[in-house]
Amino acid sequence: MTNNFKLEFPNLACNEGFARMAATAFILELDPTCAELSEIKTAVSEAVTNAIIHGYKNKSGTVILEGNLSENTVTFTITDFGEGIENIEMARKPLYTGSCDSERSGMGFTIMEAFTDSMTVTSKKGEGTTVTLTKVIGKGAPEND
Amino acid sequence: MNIELSGQQQLLTVRLEGELDHASTGRIKDELEAELMHTGAKNVAFDFSAVTFMDSSGIGMILGRYKTVKSLGGRIILVGMSREIERIVKMSGIDKLAEIY
Repeated sequence: MTNNFKLEFPNLACNEGFARMAATAFILELDPTCAELSEIKTAVSEAVTNAIIHGYKNKSGTVILEGNLSENTVTFTITDFGEGIENIEMARKPLYTGSCDSERSGMGFTIMEAFTDSMTVTSKKGEGTTVTLTKVIGKGAPEND
Repeated sequence: MNIELSGQQQLLTVRLEGELDHASTGRIKDELEAELMHTGAKNVAFDFSAVTFMDSSGIGMILGRYKTVKSLGGRIILVGMSREIERIVKMSGIDKLAEIY
């Protein structure tokens, strides 16, 4: 079975909840475990939050969330057209944050990577960032580890 | 996200309800910091038993409050975490800075 969706929304903080609910609803037909649902919800929330906070800083912009489902593999692509990431390798390190805001933990990419089967990040300075998250649903993911 | 603050001697208890993300952490920070200043409490206990979701924005918020109470000579206490929230907390290393019940 294949399925897909595409959502486009402004970079408002209130849309983080909207995006993660859309992502979890999209995979429900695969009968995921509670752990898988939670992991998808969290990983997508992290990516969308990054797009809203780091992609556009304090400027207005658009975030695109796309979902693709093929058999039991789901792929989410989160795109912003903001500032881009200068050093992706550095940004992916645990506790690194590109924000001056002391309330950011720098754990976003680490959580995305831990909660999915693969994560790719492409970015170009001044043009934006695309994060692609892929996860196989129903492969017997542990409820807790 | 609903926030309920209650104080007893030097302990400020923060009962959170709902989803804890970037959209809600700013308000929690503002209310909590004001209450700490107002009451003179130096210890903060977060009750997560009614929190249905938390991502790394929650981690950042807890770390921020850890810095505040540490400067006051106090401590952070985390109670009622779900398995999902506890997993993120442990990934971040906060479990080594806070008391968990």
